[in-house]
Amino acid sequence: MKTVVKAVGVSKYFANVNALDNVDFEVTEGELFGVIGPDGAGKTTLFRLINTLLVPDEGSVTVLGLDSVYEYRKIRPLLGYMPGRFSLYQDLTVEENLNFFASVFGTTIESNYELIKPIYRQLEPFKTRLAGALSGGMKQKLALSCALIHKPRILLLDEPTTGVDAVSRKEFWEMLKVLKQEGITIIVSTPYMDEAKLCERVALIQDGKILQIDSPESIVEGFKKPLLGIKAKSTYQLLQALKAYPKTNSAQPFGEYVHYTEKNRTPDQDELRDFLKKQGVYDVQVVSVKPTIEDRFMELMDPQNEEENNA
Amino acid sequence: MNSFSGFVVKEFKQIYRDKRTLIVLFGMPVIMMILFGFAIRNEINNAKIGILDRAKDEASQAIIHKLEASDSFEISAYLKSYDEVEALFRQGEVKEVVVFESEFRKKLVKQGQANVQVLTDATDPNLANLVQSYTANIIQDYAETLHEGKHLETAGISPDIRMMYNPELKSVNLFVPGLIAVILMLVSALMTSISITREKEMGNMEILLVSPLKPYHIIIGKVLPYLVLSVVNVITILILAKFVFQVPFEGSYLLFFAESGLFILTALALGVFISSASENQQTAMMISLAGLLLPTVLLSGFIFPVSSMPDVLQFVSHIIPAKWFLVIVRSIMLKGSDFLLIWKETLILVMMTVLLIALSIRKFKVRLQ
Repeated sequence: MKTVVKAVGVSKYFANVNALDNVDFEVTEGELFGVIGPDGAGKTTLFRLINTLLVPDEGSVTVLGLDSVYEYRKIRPLLGYMPGRFSLYQDLTVEENLNFFASVFGTTIESNYELIKPIYRQLEPFKTRLAGALSGGMKQKLALSCALIHKPRILLLDEPTTGVDAVSRKEFWEMLKVLKQEGITIIVSTPYMDEAKLCERVALIQDGKILQIDSPESIVEGFKKPLLGIKAKSTYQLLQALKAYPKTNSAQPFGEYVHYTEKNRTPDQDELRDFLKKQGVYDVQVVSVKPTIEDRFMELMDPQNEEENNA
Repeated sequence: MNSFSGFVVKEFKQIYRDKRTLIVLFGMPVIMMILFGFAIRNEINNAKIGILDRAKDEASQAIIHKLEASDSFEISAYLKSYDEVEALFRQGEVKEVVVFESEFRKKLVKQGQANVQVLTDATDPNLANLVQSYTANIIQDYAETLHEGKHLETAGISPDIRMMYNPELKSVNLFVPGLIAVILMLVSALMTSISITREKEMGNMEILLVSPLKPYHIIIGKVLPYLVLSVVNVITILILAKFVFQVPFEGSYLLFFAESGLFILTALALGVFISSASENQQTAMMISLAGLLLPTVLLSGFIFPVSSMPDVLQFVSHIIPAKWFLVIVRSIMLKGSDFLLIWKETLILVMMTVLLIALSIRKFKVRLQ
C-alpha cells in the first residue's frame, strides 16, 4: 500500500497555544481515514497543514511524496478541499458555483460529470437556486461536488457533517463510500464519535495530540473493562450517586444510560444496586453493554486509566 | 474557459447581482455632482443684508442701489440706529450690515475719503469673508466711477483684480476634478478592498488559495470589474459637468482619460494593499474611509487649498495621490495644459502606483499565515 500523506513529528503553535503537539501519522492510498476529536482538538489545523495553507513549526508533512512547504504549488491541484465552514458563493447559483470551480481548475462539469453524478444528481433540480438559499445538507452536497469537480487524488473534508441533519449525514457517508470505490483517498474529520465506525482507520485526537490510530474495531477492542449501562429514574441523581460510590472508575452519560466501569475488573452488581438504593436512586436497571469508540476515547483522555490498563 | 476568465466572470456576476451596491456605485457620482454643483457653493446668491444709512445722500443711495442690483445681495432691513445692529444679527436675519457715516458724499468729495462700515456675521467665517469682499468690490466699483476724469493723484491706487481661468469663481469648476478623485477613491480603493476581504472573511479565500489560481489572477480578477465601473463613473461625471453645469473643458480628452486611468490604477493598488493588511470587511472599510476618503476630501486641495495648510499638513498632502491628480485634472480641464506641463505630477502618481503594487504582491499571502 502506498502512503499518500505522511506527517512526522508535526507541531504547530498559535501565539502561546500548542495547536498540534508532535503528531505522527500516515494515510495510505484509497483509504477512508477519519480524524475524530472534540472541537478545538486541532482537527482543522491538521487539515490546513495537509493542504499547505499552514506550515508546520516543527516536523514535516509530505503529500504524495511532495513536501508541503517547498512543493505546495504541486500539491494544491491534487487536493480536493472542503473547509469546515460553508465556503461557496452564496450569491451565485448552484450551477454557477460548480461551473466556477470547474473553470478555476481548468476543467468542465461535463468532463467530470460521472464522478460527481451520484451527488450532483440530487442537486440538479435546484441548480438555478442561489447557494445561500440551500438547506444545510444540500450545501454540503454542493461543497462536496465543488471539491470533487477536478478529480482530486486526495479529498480533505473538514467536519462535513457538522450542523447537518441525521438523514443527510447518513447520505453523506454513503456518498463517501461510493467515492472511495473510485480510488480517491478520503480524509474526513468529525466531532461525532458514531461516525468513526464508518471509517477504515481513525485517529483519535485531543488537545493537539493523537491518542491512538487504528481501525475502529481495534480501538474498541482496546477497551478491556467490563462495561455496564445503568438507567434510573433520574440520570442526574444516578450520576451523583455513582460519583460518591468508592468503587467507581468512570461514569459517563450516554443517552438515557450511564456507562459505568468499576475499579475492580469485575463489577459487583449486587453491591452497586444496594449502594444506589441507599442513596435513594429508584428504578435502577443495570445491563451489560458493548463499549463504543466514545467509551475508549473517554478512557484514553484520562491518563490514569491508561496506566492501569497497561499495568 | 481558463481559470482566470472563470474568475473574472464570477466577479462580474457577483457585482451585478448585488443590486443595492450597484445602485449606490452608479448613483453616487450623480448625487454627489448635484449636491456639490447646486447646494455647496462658494459664490453667494441673494445674501440678506441690512443697511444703516446715516447720510441719505446721493452717494450712499447710489451704493445701496448698486448692492441691491447685484444678484449677490438682497436688502432685507433698513436700520434706524446703530443699536439695532446687534439684535438683527442675533436674530440671524442678515449676514451683513453696511453702515454709511453721516455727510457721506460731502466728505467723499471734500476730503476724498469717506467711511463705510461693513459688519458681518462671522459665525460662518467663509461666508462672512465672501460677503465682505463682494461688498468691498461693489463699493470700490462706485469709487472708481467717481474718480473718472479726475487727476491720477486723487484717484488713488485701486487694485485691478482678475481671476484667471475661472473668472466667475464658479465653485463647480473646482469641485468637478475633486469629485472625480473622491469617487474614484471610493469605487476603486474602497470597493476593491472590501471585495477581497469578503473572500477572506467568508472563507472563500481558503478554497481559492488551494486552487490553481495564482495570486495575481486573484488580484487582477478582483480589480478588473472596478476598473470598468470607475471608467463609467468618470464618463458620467464628465457628461454631467459639461451639459448640466457647463464646466469648461479646455484640454485634451485623451490625456484626461489616460491620467484618470492612471489614478484609477493607483486607487485600485491602494485597495489591494489595504485588503492585504486587513482580515475582515469592517477593518477594510474603516481603513479605506478614515485613511483614504477623509484625506482625499480634506487634504488634497479639493475643498481647502493646500497652500494655506500648516506645514505638517502640507507635507502629509504630498503622499495623498488625489492631491497630484487634482493638479493634473484642473490643469487639463481649466487651463488646457498638455502633458509637458503635468509630467511631474504624472510621474509621482506612476511611482506611487508601482510601489503600491509591489508592496501588495509582496504582502499577498499564499497561505493562511
